[in-house]
Amino acid sequence: MNLRALLLASAVSGALFSVGAQAAELTIGFSQIGSESGWRAAETTVSKAEAKKRNINFKIADAQQKQENQIKAIRSFVAQGVDAIFLAPVVATGWDAVLKEAQEAKIPVVLLDRDIDPAGKNLYLTAVTSDSVHEGKVAGQWLVKTAGGKPCNVVELQGTVGASVATNRKKGFEDGIAGASNVKIVRSQTGDFTRAKGKEVMESFIKAEGGGKTICAVYAHNDDMMVGAIQAMKEAGLKPGTEILTVSIDAVPDIFKAMAAGEANATVELTPNMAGPAFDAVIAYKTKGTMPPKWIQTESKLYTQADNPMAVYESKKDLGY
Amino acid sequence: MALRLPRIGTSQIVALALILAANWVVSPQFFDIRLQDGRLFGSLIDVLNRGAPVALLSIGMVLVIAMRGIDLSVGAVMAICGAIAASLADSHPLPVVLAASLGAGLACGLWNGLLVAVLRIQPIVATLILMVAGRGIAQLITEGRIVTFTSPELAFLGGGSVLGLPTPIVLTLAMMALTLLIVRGTALGLMIEATGGNPRASALAGIGTRLITVAVYVWSGLCAALAGIVASADILGADANNAGLWLELDAILAVVIGGTSLFGGRFSILLAVVGALIIQAMNTGILLSGLPPETNLVVKAVVVLAVLLAQSPRIGAQIAGLGVLFGRSRSRRRS
Repeated sequence: MNLRALLLASAVSGALFSVGAQAAELTIGFSQIGSESGWRAAETTVSKAEAKKRNINFKIADAQQKQENQIKAIRSFVAQGVDAIFLAPVVATGWDAVLKEAQEAKIPVVLLDRDIDPAGKNLYLTAVTSDSVHEGKVAGQWLVKTAGGKPCNVVELQGTVGASVATNRKKGFEDGIAGASNVKIVRSQTGDFTRAKGKEVMESFIKAEGGGKTICAVYAHNDDMMVGAIQAMKEAGLKPGTEILTVSIDAVPDIFKAMAAGEANATVELTPNMAGPAFDAVIAYKTKGTMPPKWIQTESKLYTQADNPMAVYESKKDLGY
Repeated sequence: MALRLPRIGTSQIVALALILAANWVVSPQFFDIRLQDGRLFGSLIDVLNRGAPVALLSIGMVLVIAMRGIDLSVGAVMAICGAIAASLADSHPLPVVLAASLGAGLACGLWNGLLVAVLRIQPIVATLILMVAGRGIAQLITEGRIVTFTSPELAFLGGGSVLGLPTPIVLTLAMMALTLLIVRGTALGLMIEATGGNPRASALAGIGTRLITVAVYVWSGLCAALAGIVASADILGADANNAGLWLELDAILAVVIGGTSLFGGRFSILLAVVGALIIQAMNTGILLSGLPPETNLVVKAVVVLAVLLAQSPRIGAQIAGLGVLFGRSRSRRRS
């Protein structure tokens, strides 16, 4: 081995090393809303894990549900000169000034889980969110497929009246069953997204529908209401999962327990992994200059009893749900 | 005097009967009751069972309001005590779970009572502190998630039955009987009314107003703890974000519908519980009716307004004068 070869080798390894170091040096700040729900806690946990996977220096600022804290966090990230900022906006408006500051500092901002006012569209790189209309549609399509042409009366447990997620999941489900005249919603009431109200409303549905005999399926806008509804059905001597089909949305750990016990049939996941696709978009943008689409839609994965629910439960139970 | 007792509460009983009748119209199977797994099952049972938490809260609330006070913290206390019960249920025997949970309720009540009686903070402000902070405490206990349990003993308190009656109903009846025994079986009730009517005169007459004030808040805390245990046992878990949320307002409404004046000095435990049942009968009726959920609150508001108008002395007198709806004279004196 002569001197030239040695120099070449060291240059190559130096170049390789510097590429590795560049990825490791990527610093991203995340202004998280706070810990308003189990899902939010799981999102934080998963974001940290995804950052570790990609060797990213990840800083999380908990805003405790306050916009002013989020604005402060973004300003401090800008001052620190981070490579990118993730923002889960607590409200849709009032971001113009602070996002302009980030833009002037040439720091790309990625929105996670929630969108902001359309007027601010040019102020962020991309938004990674789930499409709640699509979630409802996936649930509806599953039911149409499972009902298999037989007449099927559905009772619906809606989320909080006026909440956009509830409106969207209702619309999506209606779209999903629109083609099937055998599947129709016979009753629909709000269960406020809670277990207790889900149970109470289901109790009344059972009584109003001849002791539950005319109910073919329950659709709940979230898993928590479904967990309550499953209890109500069991207490009424009905067999959820076999006599009455269930489909809900979110994929929280407890619904997988019910699925493993054969008491629930399907759930559509609202993935807590919003940060993963966001990291990938930022890395591609930083290294190759690839402009991501303005909206990255996360997958709304359908889980059924065939998907080894106990294993999913085990993988999800420590995420903070 | 002999006629006075049945006359009090006529409007509440009539209101409850009318709402139940309306429920029967929207849902013909409303009064159907059958036995399911040794437990009575039917919409009427649902009204009693679902009404139990608010009825329990109103039993404590009515005494506080009779003292010219108010307890806004009961919903948060429910969340705290439910969270404690659910967290301990799988690792400790039931007596320990109940002692810890009811003890927490007592402590919360004591805190409120001391703020009001000793530090002389206005009740609405004093109990607002725990209303806000209490939910945070409950969230700390559950770490922000829904804590579930499998203990069949605790589950029995929500989903079990005694002689066919769901346990929450039995617990509510027991709590009501115990409270009636304590306040009406002794002179305590009279002292509460006297203190509520005129605290200064009562103190001068030798009533230990400060001690009684603390005691009614402690009792309210205890009732809230029991309601929290029932709510947790019902869903086999503690949901700190939602357990008891806004139920303090339902409890106050139940007390007011029950004819107890917010100015104190007069109370009826029985009618407060009837008030709670009126609220729940309405909720269950709305669920059975199939009306769109957007109308829930409007229907509720209209019915509550009607019930309260029927109780208004002026309107009552008018109706009595016309002799249309309520034949009896309703010009009873309001203190």
